[in-house]
Amino acid sequence: MYSLEELEQKARQAVGKKAAFGDDVDLDSFDRSFVPHKYLAEEEICAIPEEEQQRLIMSGLDVTDTGRGGTYFQKDTTVVHCHSDEEGIEVMPVTEALKKHDWVREYFWKLVPVDQDKYTASAFLDLHDGYVIRALPGSKSIYPIQACLYLDKENLQQNVHNLIIAEEGSELHIITGCATSPHMKRGVHVGISEFFVKKGAKLSFTMIHNWAEEMSVRPRSVARVEEGGVFINNYICMKPVQSIQMYPTTHLVGDDATAMFYSVIVGTPGSYLDIGGRIYLKNRGCRAEIVQRSISNGAHIINRGHLIGEAPDIKAHLECKGLLLSGGIIDSIPQLEGHVEGVDMSHEAAVGKVAQEEINYLMSRGITEEEATSTIVRGFLSVDIKGLPAPLKQEIDRAIDRSNKDAV
Amino acid sequence: MLIIEDLQVELAGRMLLKDIDLEIRPGETHILFGPNGSGKTSLLMTIMGYPQYIVRKGKITFKGTDITHAPLNERAALGIGMSYQRPPTINGLKTRQMIDICAKTKVDAEEMARSLNFEDFLDRDVNAGFSGGEIKRSELLQLKAQDPDLMLFDEPESGVDIENMALIGNTIAQILQKESPKAGNVKPIALQWKERTKMGLIITHTGYILDYVPADKGQVLYDGVLACAGNPREIFGCIGQLGYEECVKCTV
Repeated sequence: MYSLEELEQKARQAVGKKAAFGDDVDLDSFDRSFVPHKYLAEEEICAIPEEEQQRLIMSGLDVTDTGRGGTYFQKDTTVVHCHSDEEGIEVMPVTEALKKHDWVREYFWKLVPVDQDKYTASAFLDLHDGYVIRALPGSKSIYPIQACLYLDKENLQQNVHNLIIAEEGSELHIITGCATSPHMKRGVHVGISEFFVKKGAKLSFTMIHNWAEEMSVRPRSVARVEEGGVFINNYICMKPVQSIQMYPTTHLVGDDATAMFYSVIVGTPGSYLDIGGRIYLKNRGCRAEIVQRSISNGAHIINRGHLIGEAPDIKAHLECKGLLLSGGIIDSIPQLEGHVEGVDMSHEAAVGKVAQEEINYLMSRGITEEEATSTIVRGFLSVDIKGLPAPLKQEIDRAIDRSNKDAV
Repeated sequence: MLIIEDLQVELAGRMLLKDIDLEIRPGETHILFGPNGSGKTSLLMTIMGYPQYIVRKGKITFKGTDITHAPLNERAALGIGMSYQRPPTINGLKTRQMIDICAKTKVDAEEMARSLNFEDFLDRDVNAGFSGGEIKRSELLQLKAQDPDLMLFDEPESGVDIENMALIGNTIAQILQKESPKAGNVKPIALQWKERTKMGLIITHTGYILDYVPADKGQVLYDGVLACAGNPREIFGCIGQLGYEECVKCTV
């Protein structure tokens, strides 16, 4: 049952609780007070300064709203734009939704434990806002809904809580960007995301991070996938950041439920990226795949992958590949856990450099060593993500290409 | 023209090729025979410019330019290309993109792939999970796009099934300008032959390629030494009857 008092009590007890992984962020040194911003009409979004627009585009937010089914745009603590163009898809700020609709409470803090650590506790106690995106039963969207969480105010701790619900038989695609304004340096982003993929529904969630060099980022996300449901979770982070620690978890609770995690990470010097992925396969016929690609240009990257097979006839695979291009550390930690007979689980992990044999092969086709290297790196990063509509796929390829130019 | 003079090549501290002399003129295709480990692939890799093959002595000249120490891509730019026996897989790089890399100008990848019955592979990662025969067709496709003047083939028929052998053999003949001359051409056949510019060097164990490509000259590479230059069919017959060692002995 939903009890605010109980949640608050648990949260209060966890305010000092360090996370299981990642460096500890001193949340008291950040400001969590509300920052008012004016609500923007659609045409006003297009009028925001060019430099900011670029930051938004890099994170997947198209200010012109073309090829989008709806938009949620939060600046600092305030929702500055929110609407849906797609029939059968609702986009609302979470604080407003909690007040207006009783059903929202059925999902609020149902998957992520409020007392998991100090970050979840803080997100409950000092919630700013976040989005509720819900696809009604049977509704299908081709164009993705875009959500942008933007930080502008120096030294802010942004607390966001998102609920994403794909009702029975629906299809929903979300592209969400997190970015900081060009002048911003230091801040914290805490994002709680709870995903509900109901029977036969399909949800793809693509997150692009574009942070600043002194940003600490602590997403906490858990998904629950019912019978025959499909959850695709993509993560792209190629820009400098101080530290990111996250361990998104998915519970495949129904028969034949599927989850796929794809992450593409490029780490620059000084960045500490502890990125995990955990999928529980709890019923017959469940399928899971985790694909992680990391490049270090001097960052410390930890890739955790954890697959837990709890039912027979499940199939799960984990692929984790790292390239050390110029210094840094890539620490790959794959873990497989089979609890019953009849599970089929595997992993492949590799950390290395660009193979000279491949460089030579390409050079013998007439391109220079530098061109050959960047061709191989681009190939390494271009993960074949299955089950995405073509426009979203192109979008991801473009995002990778753009960031790749900076990274290599 | 490719001219190799008195070439000595070392790989990982071992002398693999000794005193190699070789000359391939425009329009000529040579066949390279030899037992496993005799240095055939090393010779091709040295001509292509793989840096681990260190030239200790001698000189390689192509089109009048000394390329003995030129990097791979400069040799490719000068017009040298190679069809590999076991090329590496490049994950995430589609065969279609590889064709663009090979071609100096825009080519019709679909059309080119169709001629090699390879359309279904254009959107697959280069060499990823390809069978032996598929690798050969992929390599030929790349060479076709690159269209170099000197083509080095490392066992183009290995792993190729009977059905695809004709396709591969005929394609090689075509890109080396060794197809049967066509009657009715305005130019006399002798002139057509004279105007051929492509050069080829083909390694073969099975000799199947000889059924498709009328090669000009055959040579046996034995223990790092080139010997027994002559008619490729004769040499192949000699090897088949007497073995490499005897064959080399009779001519040295």
